[in-house]
Amino acid sequence: MRRWLLAAGAALALAFGSGTADAQTRTRVTIYTALENEQLAPFKQAIEAAVPGVEVVWVRDSTGVITARILAERENPRADMIMGLAASSLLLFEGMNLLEPYTPAGAEALKPAFRDTTPPVTWTGMDAFLGVICYNTVEGRRANTTAPTSWRDLTRPEFRGRLVMPHPASSGTGYLMVAMWLQMMGEEQGWRFMDALHENMAVYTHSGSAPCVQAARGERVAGISLDMRGARERTQGAPIEVIIPAEGTGWDMEAVSIVRGTRNLDAARRIADWAATRGANELYSRFYAVVAFPGVTNTPPNYPANAEERMFRNDFTWMAQNRERILAEWSRRYESKAAPRN
Amino acid sequence: MSATTVTAAPPRRLLTEERVATGLVGLLCLLLLLAIALPLWALLSKSFLDDQGRFVGLANYARYFATPVLVQSLLNSLFVATLATTIVIPLAFLYAYALTRSRMPAKGLFYALALLPIFAPSLLPALSLVYIFGNQGFLKDLLFGASIYGPIGIVMAQVFYCLPHATMILVAALGLADGRLYEAAKSLGTTRWRMFRTVTLPGAQYGLVSAAVVVFTLVITDFGIAKVIGGQFNVLATDAYKQVVGQQNFAMGAVVGMVLLVPAVLAFFVDRLLRRRQVALLSARAVPYAPQPERRRDLLLLGYCILVGGLVAAVLGVAVWASFIRYWPYNLSFTLANYAFAEFDPDGWQPYLNSLWVAGLTAAIGTPLVFVGAYLLEKTRAVPLGRALAQLLAMLPMAVPGMVLGLGYVFFFNAPWNPLGILYGTVAILALNCLAHFYTVAHITAVTALKQIDGEFEAVSASLQVPFWVTLRRVTVPICLPAILDIAVYLFVNALTTVSAVIFLYGPGTKLASIAIVHMDEAGAIAAAAAMATCIVATAIGVKLLHLLLDAVLFGRAQRWRAR
Repeated sequence: MRRWLLAAGAALALAFGSGTADAQTRTRVTIYTALENEQLAPFKQAIEAAVPGVEVVWVRDSTGVITARILAERENPRADMIMGLAASSLLLFEGMNLLEPYTPAGAEALKPAFRDTTPPVTWTGMDAFLGVICYNTVEGRRANTTAPTSWRDLTRPEFRGRLVMPHPASSGTGYLMVAMWLQMMGEEQGWRFMDALHENMAVYTHSGSAPCVQAARGERVAGISLDMRGARERTQGAPIEVIIPAEGTGWDMEAVSIVRGTRNLDAARRIADWAATRGANELYSRFYAVVAFPGVTNTPPNYPANAEERMFRNDFTWMAQNRERILAEWSRRYESKAAPRN
Repeated sequence: MSATTVTAAPPRRLLTEERVATGLVGLLCLLLLLAIALPLWALLSKSFLDDQGRFVGLANYARYFATPVLVQSLLNSLFVATLATTIVIPLAFLYAYALTRSRMPAKGLFYALALLPIFAPSLLPALSLVYIFGNQGFLKDLLFGASIYGPIGIVMAQVFYCLPHATMILVAALGLADGRLYEAAKSLGTTRWRMFRTVTLPGAQYGLVSAAVVVFTLVITDFGIAKVIGGQFNVLATDAYKQVVGQQNFAMGAVVGMVLLVPAVLAFFVDRLLRRRQVALLSARAVPYAPQPERRRDLLLLGYCILVGGLVAAVLGVAVWASFIRYWPYNLSFTLANYAFAEFDPDGWQPYLNSLWVAGLTAAIGTPLVFVGAYLLEKTRAVPLGRALAQLLAMLPMAVPGMVLGLGYVFFFNAPWNPLGILYGTVAILALNCLAHFYTVAHITAVTALKQIDGEFEAVSASLQVPFWVTLRRVTVPICLPAILDIAVYLFVNALTTVSAVIFLYGPGTKLASIAIVHMDEAGAIAAAAAMATCIVATAIGVKLLHLLLDAVLFGRAQRWRAR
């Protein structure tokens, strides 16, 4: 039995010890993020190449989950930094004093819209993401629908049960769409529009990219989704059109912040510096059409051409201040309708 | 010489047998308290506190029952569990009947087919059903326009997932029968139907109830299936996940956890109550029932087994097949791209390696712990009170759903005052949680094996002044090796496939394969999710085959004395 105990002890020592060898040589920086999965590996690689002595550990989930998690951990923060999270969430944290003020070196070169203009500076913009409609032309023909050109088209009866959009509480894309409709149409008209839309909605997904993937696979006819996911699925050969309706579409900015109370402040600052460089923005532009650094443009293949001019004039402060109220109202209207609607 | 010589031994020795046993029982109690009792206590108390940690009595419960969407989930859970149970039990009964009461060929193969789902995470059948009956499914028309996303899909996947559990219990129940009853009935000219009603069914009734209870509990507490294929049909387990992970509303998550605990605990006690009433079926004079060949019956049952066993294998096969398809349904060419997990999940293949690591650790630490623990409770006589407490704690996890245990761990290990908080998010806490979650079955396996060994061994050792640990090492362990191996494989496979508890507990860098499946499915990458599920199934089945091989080669000879 003594031998067993020894073996068990050795196994335990291995379990605990596995992380420490790395930590001695490199600083582990835990970054909470809502970036898309396929972006994480290249971002990690680029950061570790640009900032020597740093090891990036991602904690990735949808915008809503990451937001809720940071709020829940506010007494005892476990993240060093936040990267690629919606600015509307970061403004919320700023209001609760959860962010460490820092202006990255060279941030003044970025487009004004991507800079925090109210001191103290707590966030720095990276890129913009938009809500689009992914419309499956093959399934559309089969279901006798035509491609939507305005948001109201989605409430037509032939889309009944054939639409999908992200859940606004968990997905940043979901929330920016809801916030956009309310700002664009006014609260009363906006909620009435969503009531009609709800009649057509098959399901509200956890993530902002899932609706486009589902439309691309023909599981649904159309999905309201994240722009870059639409371009990517189309490039992979899905029979979809990526549509931005004429009235314009909602968008949010992804930004980088340092969490107040981090034990790796120096490393976090150096990563924030990197995030504002031209090189970093060139990396962002592999995935996003609109990035913070002026002059860096590289429209991803199959990205809707008219995106930048159709970005709705968005009020981030309004989005941040009304988030809780809007989500509660949304949940009251569309979640308590308990009957399964498929 | 007798046992009195031991007590008369020189008291100078520091390491007396009694002290060692007492110390070990104390350690076991401490560990079980930490791993099982305190987390549950943390969950219970959390459900009475508000977000700021103030005591609010039943306010959270009142809010729960005043929220229609949450109450609806409770009703939904009860509905799918009832429906799945009423479908699985007859299916499994007939299957078990064919395996035990017929002379059809290839019984071993068909038993193995029915057990296949044990080696898969519950997410797998749900993924397969999306490919079969989803809006682009190849058999979608069989649903006549109904949608697979919702109760239909949940119940179908649950039937697949619960079949092995029900079949195992019913095979055991039907395997024991007194042949004399059937002979008597036959000689009295009883019709076949009457014989079935008056002899077969009453003989298996406790097995039937037990199987129904197990299936009902499994469905109520399962998370993976409802997550993947539930659509907008909410159930208790997905609510707990949404409250805790999605909204970080821990108080409401705790309430959902407590609600989830009620049916499981009720089912557990119903089962125990009924078992107590069960009288021995086989008296000493019973003649084991041996079925006679009967062409028509055997053929019919064989056909049934081919159908059911084939369907089980097919559902599993669809997930494996789908994982090699480039772009369903528009491009069906073969690809390995779905196994390039880094494209779909930030951790790439790491979750798979983490899963192996956690499963290995659970088996490596859990097996000796469970066995030595069972030995202390069963064979030593130290601290009766401590042993009774340990016994109770060892049986407790049986009634606790993984989801509930996972929530308890979050509240207990993540509490700011708890020095064990450093474990939070590590591989160690995942392994500890898996061990606690699956402790009971492993414990029962060890106790059953130990009960087969005569207590004389301990008595003789005592009289020879050999301490119990020498007896354990030289006699008990070698005799029980097959059971020990069983425990190790059981712990390994379950730690590999579980998702419900660990989904709350992983940290940066310690995501498990089953959690990666959930995340990839959430992002819409179901082919990659199917690929990861395939990796888990292949590993679990591989380990089981290795186990069978080892059993045959190593113990075939050494354990031959048992056959006599």
